[in-house]
Amino acid sequence: MSAESAEQFTFEESYQGMGAISREAISRSGELDSANAVAGEAKWAETARMVAHRTVSEAGFPRRRDEYWKFTNPNRLVAEVPAPAKVAAPETQSLFEDIDCLKIFFVDGLLDLKRSDDLALSNAVIDFLDSAVRRDNHWGSELFGRLEAQSQSPISRPFAADNTARAQSGLFIRATGQVPRPIAIYYLRSAPDADAIIRHVVQVEPGAEITVLESGPGAARMNKVIEVEIGDGGTVHHIQVQGREHERSCITHLMAELGQGSHFRSFALTANGALTRNESVVGLSGDGGSAHLSGVAVGDGNFHHDDTIFVTHGAEACESRQVFKKVLRNNAVGVFQGKILVKPGAQKTDGYQISQGLLLDEKSQFFAKPELEIYADDVVCSHGSTCGSIDEDAMLYLRSRGIDKTTAEDMLALAFLSEALDEIHDRRIATKLNKLLAGWLERHH
Amino acid sequence: MLEIKDLHVGLEEEDRAILKGVDISIDSGEVHAIMGPNGSGKSTLSYVLAGRDGYEVQRGTVLLEGQDLFDLDPEERAASGLFLAFQYPVEIAGVGNMTFLRTALNSQRKARGQKEVSASAFLKIMREKAKTLGIEAEMLRRPLNYGFSGGEKKRNEILQMAVLEPRMCILDETDSGLDIDALRQVATGVNALRNSERSILVITHYQRLLNYIVPDVVHIMADGRIVGTGGPELALEVEEKGYGEFSREAA
Repeated sequence: MSAESAEQFTFEESYQGMGAISREAISRSGELDSANAVAGEAKWAETARMVAHRTVSEAGFPRRRDEYWKFTNPNRLVAEVPAPAKVAAPETQSLFEDIDCLKIFFVDGLLDLKRSDDLALSNAVIDFLDSAVRRDNHWGSELFGRLEAQSQSPISRPFAADNTARAQSGLFIRATGQVPRPIAIYYLRSAPDADAIIRHVVQVEPGAEITVLESGPGAARMNKVIEVEIGDGGTVHHIQVQGREHERSCITHLMAELGQGSHFRSFALTANGALTRNESVVGLSGDGGSAHLSGVAVGDGNFHHDDTIFVTHGAEACESRQVFKKVLRNNAVGVFQGKILVKPGAQKTDGYQISQGLLLDEKSQFFAKPELEIYADDVVCSHGSTCGSIDEDAMLYLRSRGIDKTTAEDMLALAFLSEALDEIHDRRIATKLNKLLAGWLERHH
Repeated sequence: MLEIKDLHVGLEEEDRAILKGVDISIDSGEVHAIMGPNGSGKSTLSYVLAGRDGYEVQRGTVLLEGQDLFDLDPEERAASGLFLAFQYPVEIAGVGNMTFLRTALNSQRKARGQKEVSASAFLKIMREKAKTLGIEAEMLRRPLNYGFSGGEKKRNEILQMAVLEPRMCILDETDSGLDIDALRQVATGVNALRNSERSILVITHYQRLLNYIVPDVVHIMADGRIVGTGGPELALEVEEKGYGEFSREAA
């Protein structure tokens, strides 16, 4: 447990001095007439894209020497064209099959309407990004690019800005009440060298509730951003499963802003992948909100997985929780960078963070950088990080009962991951993912 | 059943012997007890027999029904009929008690070329064995030993023993940390498993447990050696005189 207080003045200075360029300033400057604007888009979309474009050109793409990319080499993400990645048979296509979902398919980052279900869903509105950005008075106009722009301070996130500037594919989802079925988004692959940019915007009205499930590798290289705005008393459940392909690379950003008394639950499962960086930027902006982020990653060989989290407590009596686990073998690398920022006045904050790496051999690596930055004095925040190998006593115990070494190791690795799976709200999904992980462990020794 | 001959064992990383020539021979259906003070090598003996890493067998042999135990991995020893009830059963959150025991049973059966037990048949076995040991169904549903009290852990060890039906059982300080009621319950469970085919080696610090599990043979261990062997009356003698007497005799 740790809590520290600092002068409010210091905080205000460091967090307001670095503000991103305002939309108003750009609109006034007339820059919108420049060549960067996408033809035919509404003013609000053009503005958001312009702001984002500027962010990218000013910040530049990350380099290895950047502190925020210290443990993850961004070269694959920055490269002109993606490294080709072999397309495997689509295993996760039917991952949520026995759950009654509304299914939407993307192939190589492009919407596949033929494959997708009819988009009519009670208490929900589903639009496509490419048509939404052409409408002058779209309900998503205030949200598109807003959370991304906000996330650029204090640390720049150029890939997310690049996504705002260029994305042509994605969904605008609005929940107006209790949405009866989850929306399941599947990302399939076809071309070995597709470079996908996907952008979703999710707006949840006060008191509304929605579940969004995502599954599949998406593309040889994918840049995906989801902006989630949750109104007072709203709830969002989110599950993301990133496919099993080995050579793919991706960067995802999950930006969420929570209103008073609202709830956000997000879980990510990653198996395989040459490079995955999942950034979550979550702001608790109304009193009594709660955000739980969790995930498991399993990697064997050419695997690099990075969870980078930034949770800001900006209101009173909010709760946040992070539980991240990784099982690594044969030179696999896991990274966890997690920050909890408690702003001045965010009293009664309850923050928790745990990140753990289980190394199944001496060649694998796990890097963790847990951070707490606290500017309120009545808070409870705790964090922990561990990295280790399989417990020898537990191994002997299982083996002494007749369980062979490999099975015992799988059982203990799965037991290790199960604490993160326990975070999943829907036991059917947790059971399914547990099976998926058990199968993966069995195949990788 | 179990033949320990001139067993010398040290730690892999230290040049120090812990067992300095142990000889014990247990026949089918016999119950033997090893008593000895702290540090005499009792637990080392149980760990070496179970196959824990970190020990070096310097000399001697252990035969389980004629088979060299040190040629076998821990899981092969189990499939051959050896069972160690741990002094400190390991808590494993995330592994269900039932799943674990069914995996263990079927692994052993598979290794012996027997048919695996179905989920429903297993459930039936569990219910029956749990009942005789006074184990609640709720305990079976919990993660393996996780959050169990000392008594629950020891009872769970005996439950595993009852389900796996080993021919050679070693109980390492199964009485430690038990109140008198739990001790009785555990002893009843063990006694129910006594038969002419099954041998039991009880390792203990105190004579108390031997009032409930009455042994055929008692060995006194001190400083890595067996310094006395006799009938159940030997345990009472130790209780009266203390271990000092035997250690001096050995020296």
